[in-house]
Amino acid sequence: MIIGEQKPLKEICEMLEGHKRILVAGCRSCVAICLAGGEKEVGVLAESLRIHSDLTGNGWEISEYTTERQCEKEWVAELKDLVAKSDAVVSIACGVGAQAVQAMYPTVRVLPGLNTSNMGAPEEPGVFMEKCGGCGDCVLHLTGGICPIVRCAKSLLNGPCGGSQNGMCEIGHDTPCAWEQIYRSLKQLGRLDLIEKPIPPKNWIPSRSGGPRRIVRPEAVMTKEEKEAGR
Amino acid sequence: MRIIGYVCSHAGYPAADLAGEEGRRYSPDVVLIRLPCLGRLDVLHVLKDFRQGADAVFIAGCLEGNCHHHYGNFEARKRVDQAKAILDALGLGGKRVEMFHVASNQGLRFKEIADIMAERAKELGPNPLGGRE
Repeated sequence: MIIGEQKPLKEICEMLEGHKRILVAGCRSCVAICLAGGEKEVGVLAESLRIHSDLTGNGWEISEYTTERQCEKEWVAELKDLVAKSDAVVSIACGVGAQAVQAMYPTVRVLPGLNTSNMGAPEEPGVFMEKCGGCGDCVLHLTGGICPIVRCAKSLLNGPCGGSQNGMCEIGHDTPCAWEQIYRSLKQLGRLDLIEKPIPPKNWIPSRSGGPRRIVRPEAVMTKEEKEAGR
Repeated sequence: MRIIGYVCSHAGYPAADLAGEEGRRYSPDVVLIRLPCLGRLDVLHVLKDFRQGADAVFIAGCLEGNCHHHYGNFEARKRVDQAKAILDALGLGGKRVEMFHVASNQGLRFKEIADIMAERAKELGPNPLGGRE
């Protein structure tokens, strides 16, 4: 899931200066799980903005709505009537959601209420940890299901550095050493042979080169005839 | 003045009830809202109270380690901290909301809590949003 955290209230209020009718738009997917942009957080942010407006007398009219997924046009379409009545949207979905809303409603300013951080998972209630770097060339089959790209501070591919102590990374005592975890996982799986298999220099082409990455599934792409038939 | 007090059914409310039975006097501006457990408290409740003009809000529930529902009081404390941060950011002041622990047999302690918050509301002055809704 995508993990993010809300921007400071002051920053959101500053972004909204000059606007009057504001829609706070959330998403019930990833950002709801990481307690940053779900229905509940939309309610709290909207109420906070109303209090700010009442205190400063700037006359903001705040509406609120949470879609199932803000990254898909079909769900973003639900915002149509509310966006029509607004001159700004504060999106507290991830950056993908905010862009989806802006793309669909290009005449209204969409402002990010969230800082999108990473792809990760909940470790325990309230604690979220990055797990995947989206590098486009997965090696989890060689590393016991633990990603060395993001879970190792140095993204090492062939064993730990000299900085790990007592199973923890040198960057902080709350960060486990990924390679210690990889070793333990492979041992438990009975596949310690894999740790001796050198992983060659990584192919970074599918990662950050060549602009925004695009994945096409031909079987799902609508043909010209299908598009015409659907009109 | 308007002071909202959220009390749980197992400690805060019985303590308030006992304070009444014992004839203890506290500010008539205190209005109590009884919750099954303080774990039900949401930061949105507190924000709405202030938007509707409350001068102070307190939350009174089971003693630490003695919550009838194990950790509802600790959950409430986190919500109170969250509300304080938001109220500070908004300039209303986080001191307007506070969390207290009380046992069901502590009527006097309940009166003291009500007095502390009444005094604090007086010190902080009226909520600038008072009487809006």
